Amino acid sequence: MPIIAPLELESPCLFAGFPGDIPCFATVDGRVHSPAWHEAVPVAQGGLTAIALSAAGDYLFTGGEDGTVRCLNFPPAARADTAPEPRLVAHIKGKWIDCLAAAPQGGSFAFSCGRRLYFGTAARHGQPPIAGEMPPLRQWQLERSAEGLDFAAKGLRLAVARYNGVSLYWPELDAPPQKLEWKGAHIGVTFSPDRRYIITIMQENALHGWRLEDGGHLRMSGYPAKVKSLSWSFRGRYLATSGAPAAILWPFIGKDGPMNKTPIELGTRGDSMVVCVACHPQQDIVAIGYADGMILLARFADMSERVLRRSTQGAITCLNWDKAGRRLAFGTEFGAAGLVNPDEEIYHQK
Amino acid sequence: MAETTQTGDKIPVTVLTGYLGAGKTTLLNRILTGNHGRHYAVIVNEFGEIGIDNELIIASDEEIYEMNNGCICCTVRGDLIRVLQKLLQRPGRFDAIIIETTGLADPVPVVQSFFMDDELRAKAAIDAVIAVVDARYLPLRLQDSREAEDQIAFADIILLNKVDLVAPAELAKIEATLRALNPTAIIYKTERAAIDSDKLLNRHAFDLQRVMDKDSHFLDPAPEEEHVCGPDCDHHHHHESGEHNHRGQDGHHGHEHHHEITVESVSLWAGELNPAAFFPWLQNIAQTQGPDILRLKGIIAFAGDNERYIVQGVHMILEGEHQRPWRDNERRESRLVFIGRNLGAENLRRGFAQCAITATV
Repeated sequence: MPIIAPLELESPCLFAGFPGDIPCFATVDGRVHSPAWHEAVPVAQGGLTAIALSAAGDYLFTGGEDGTVRCLNFPPAARADTAPEPRLVAHIKGKWIDCLAAAPQGGSFAFSCGRRLYFGTAARHGQPPIAGEMPPLRQWQLERSAEGLDFAAKGLRLAVARYNGVSLYWPELDAPPQKLEWKGAHIGVTFSPDRRYIITIMQENALHGWRLEDGGHLRMSGYPAKVKSLSWSFRGRYLATSGAPAAILWPFIGKDGPMNKTPIELGTRGDSMVVCVACHPQQDIVAIGYADGMILLARFADMSERVLRRSTQGAITCLNWDKAGRRLAFGTEFGAAGLVNPDEEIYHQK
Repeated sequence: MAETTQTGDKIPVTVLTGYLGAGKTTLLNRILTGNHGRHYAVIVNEFGEIGIDNELIIASDEEIYEMNNGCICCTVRGDLIRVLQKLLQRPGRFDAIIIETTGLADPVPVVQSFFMDDELRAKAAIDAVIAVVDARYLPLRLQDSREAEDQIAFADIILLNKVDLVAPAELAKIEATLRALNPTAIIYKTERAAIDSDKLLNRHAFDLQRVMDKDSHFLDPAPEEEHVCGPDCDHHHHHESGEHNHRGQDGHHGHEHHHEITVESVSLWAGELNPAAFFPWLQNIAQTQGPDILRLKGIIAFAGDNERYIVQGVHMILEGEHQRPWRDNERRESRLVFIGRNLGAENLRRGFAQCAITATV
């Protein structure tokens, strides 16, 4: 069996991951925990509403019910046993931070409060932020509320999911946003790693996509539940999704992506729904979290499966691999969390 | 039709509607300052004069989302779904949610969000839709807006406020108008929105659990045919023949009104029904007339079924469940009330009658 290092947090877990390669867990009561630290770090009064980790793992941003955005900086040489000081980088009084996204590296971030969109950079001249100094923010008034944010792989473009489509901003420029339209409520968004596609989660249990080079539409439907979790596989070959009794993986191999193709279904169960997915960073393997707390590892090629955590109370709410793909961090809606080291053999093809 | 579960451990949600100045904020402040020991999360469109520190107050921009199945009546409130998902991540933090809508807000997308979004549906349930009505301005409001009509027609509880500012005769007319627009709602008359919050909150008014038994006029004996119209309905022949007896008071038929009231209600009455006939009939009605149906509520007696079946609907959404066994002293009768527009009373009446076990089709 894989080794699990369990962690009992007192509040539902919203984030589990590895900023600076350090295992960290954020709870909805507004604190960031790590087994490496003496105590949890408070990041929001009232509660945590949003959290985002940069792809490079150098910045973790948090958004709160108190209208604050804070950042925790994890520079390469940082000591693992000392929690970074959370820095206030934005404060929108009287609002909740609805959506939050971190640029891939370097400390830029974007967030939204209803129909206002904000962009800033926590780092100052490439240096970590200074206490007591908030960076200047660029802001935009939106016609409809932002429902999801994602930066493209280089951090220059920002996708904003909204009612009837997506707006693509160049947040450091004054250019007007490019608008991608599709009728309906788009409540989450992701760029493909190659930046050829934009995929959104829709309110009505489906995904929608645009191929940016020609505006071609992708429609990925048939989900029995709302899709809540998306994860691109190694080299962006597949997009793994929750929202069904199996992890649904859409192929993005070849010119047309998933158009007219059938997805792979992995980890199919008759008695629980997939609510969280995390693709391995270096192999065609996906960690699948279920509504009953089970975590399963499944390999794309032969569909072989391995149970990493048995079912127990509480849905899996977050799952993330470390950079090397050796450790998996998870959290549940009831505050159970932990680290899993899967057996080595799972990585070796039979 | 979905069998719904009891609201049980779901967080109760109260929706407050009403025009600006009707007394919504006063009512909200009374509820929040009441000595009830409960914790509320309150969602408002704007921070107004709610001066309560220890309650969670969240402002949200109204976002009405049409679902892309193309049906204009399948709308949800995207902002509420987003905020509530975050609120509901933390069980035990508060006991109930109150949603205050703007003066012109349509309560339908608010309520439909709790049926059409899986997560909201699993964790929360509408407890009651309360319309706060300013007694002085109701006739005026009904004259100039469809929203005022909709809010009244859609409510489970109507707070007829500022009754001290109108003459008793006028008040009686207003009450009759309300009753005409919505025969199933509970009406409370208040001054300065003073009311025991126990009468408004945790009522299970929306899911028909308690209200059916004692609170409303729902089980009042009905005439053989009841076609209820607003004050400006054009069924003059009914007046002349004396059939139009739902209004209590006569003479309030406001010829000074210019706006045509378009909401009507149709109350249907029958004995025991055949479920094999009733369900397909009702589903078909919801499919074909859904956009025009604001609310429907019913208590149904099925032949050979020892329990009362209750049914409710909002536009095309239908919910039904067994409520409790029929009591010995109760007559096993079925009653169904539609509130909406262009309902086609005669057609509904005929269809309903054909669902009765004694029907000769």
